[in-house]
Amino acid sequence: MHMADALLSPAVATTMYAASAAAAGYSIHKLRQDDDSQKLPVMAVTSALVFAGQMINYTIPGTGSSGHMCGGMLLSALLGPYAGFLSMIVILTIQCLFFADGGLMALGANCWNMAFYGCFVGYFLIWKPVNAGKWFGEGRSAERARIIAASIIGCIVTLQLGAFSVVLETSLSGITELPFGSFLALMQPIHLAIGLIEGLITAAVLVFVYDSRPELLQGVEFSGERTAKRSLKSVVAILAIVAVAVGGGLSLLASSNPDGLEWALFGNSDGGYSSNMGLDEENYGVSSQAAEKAESVQEKTSFLPDYAFPDNDSAAGTTVSGIVGAAIVAGVAVLICFIGGFFRKRKMKTE
Amino acid sequence: MNKMQKALAELAEMDELAAMRSPVHRLHPGAKLITTIVYIMITLSFGKYDLPGLVPMVLWPAMMFSLSGVRVRTCFYKLRIVLPLVMAVGLFNPFFDRQTMLTIGGIAVSGGVISMITLMLKGVFSLMASFLLMATTKIDSLCAALRKLHVPALLVSLLQLTYRYVGVMTEELAVMTDAYHLRAPGQKGIHISAWGSFLGQLLLRSMDRAQELYSSMILRGYHEHFHYADIDRFRGRDALYMLISVMFFVLLRYGNISQLVGGLVVR
Repeated sequence: MHMADALLSPAVATTMYAASAAAAGYSIHKLRQDDDSQKLPVMAVTSALVFAGQMINYTIPGTGSSGHMCGGMLLSALLGPYAGFLSMIVILTIQCLFFADGGLMALGANCWNMAFYGCFVGYFLIWKPVNAGKWFGEGRSAERARIIAASIIGCIVTLQLGAFSVVLETSLSGITELPFGSFLALMQPIHLAIGLIEGLITAAVLVFVYDSRPELLQGVEFSGERTAKRSLKSVVAILAIVAVAVGGGLSLLASSNPDGLEWALFGNSDGGYSSNMGLDEENYGVSSQAAEKAESVQEKTSFLPDYAFPDNDSAAGTTVSGIVGAAIVAGVAVLICFIGGFFRKRKMKTE
Repeated sequence: MNKMQKALAELAEMDELAAMRSPVHRLHPGAKLITTIVYIMITLSFGKYDLPGLVPMVLWPAMMFSLSGVRVRTCFYKLRIVLPLVMAVGLFNPFFDRQTMLTIGGIAVSGGVISMITLMLKGVFSLMASFLLMATTKIDSLCAALRKLHVPALLVSLLQLTYRYVGVMTEELAVMTDAYHLRAPGQKGIHISAWGSFLGQLLLRSMDRAQELYSSMILRGYHEHFHYADIDRFRGRDALYMLISVMFFVLLRYGNISQLVGGLVVR
């Protein structure tokens, strides 16, 4: 889900940087307030481990393929949401700087899509309430089941939110000709599967931690008594059945109302639902109210004020002389590289 | 070599590149960081059909590669990660945007094709710029520069420490993965029965060690941030570098170089 720089316009990239910076500032403030900044080495080691752990291949039973984890939920369960968020930022920064995984300008957006949802939404809306609740009854077995449930629901929900944000940010940047609805329909189901696998891996690690050192888990009140273990295998089996049932139900629903997504986004003016999401499919990005507002904001915040899509008929840049010129410039660039290499070799020889 | 060992090799390579000597390496990291950000911003600000305007932006990375002695090939190896998503998004453009924008020798080129190429070039140029930054700057100097730019100490220290531990942890996991696969030949990944314990064991052990490490840091008087012994000073040449670079970008953005050069050849 790492976005490259090319997928964002400067205005959207800057906005996402501001949003992530605000969340990071708040996290640092909270950590200082709780005097939790002493966690620094623990945070560093855990994030380094999650970084390396993302490269492990986990075999998915019965499929022959393998899955990976991303780590937002895992970090917030182990370190708490604030420290978890900062750790994720650092992981994403290292991936961006050293492995070119996600762009430098897209870092703000990537932090928001992967770290913010995973750590804040995942922790406060899913991990904490589920673990504090009374699902599955009392005792250690129930606690274990709650951890598994929270991990899986958390990963699925936060990945869905992240995928939705990727689509929204790319569409607002005006990068793709792909209609918003189709792009969304492409991204969300893929991330549903990814989220489920990631949830299972996260659950496995967290249950292991719970069994050996329960006090390390944030937001979980554990009881001392030991009861029979519920193995991950049985959970996977139950989940598979639930997934088939839900998937079958959903596909039935989808086939009976194929344009549900389009309807939800663009409204159905014939049926009087024109205001669903304020997006007008016909004039999307041109004259709908939301687009107009976004455009005026973009004009104000844009790094370069004249940034806009050129009119099709005034595409003066694409004349033949422009293309020839571009080719010449590219040739000059290659030449510069060769000249540099030539002089360096000579210098090395003389040395 | 497994995935983790490859990542380690990639990290070592970046470290080695950053330790090279060249006029670009000697520049102040802060100046390089700001120039890189401005470059990427301006590259991204080109309109989606403005291919001739965008192409001359390659001149700056070309000059920097040439001056720094970093090989372009190393950078293009990293494109394998960037391009797939950009391509996945860009490849749809030719199908949705079929309006013909120009004809070359009887072949009609649609707006979608031009916007697709523009998008991919933007991806390549931004990658070249951020790669150049990291290939000519040590992480410690970059962290010191981030502190100068008032990025919170906690975040900078965390970045620095994590970067150091990434090497240790990845190596440890690489050995563990190798050992696991030697015990389970023919198995593609980690079996479900070991999903939790594989990473969990190392996690618990490392977290304990980190706690002890922190206690020893406290005993030596550590308080939230590191002190840098030799922070590079921001000199006149750094300011000059920034000024010339940014002026060059603005020139490329507003003056249509391609049109100008092409006009000399084509009537």
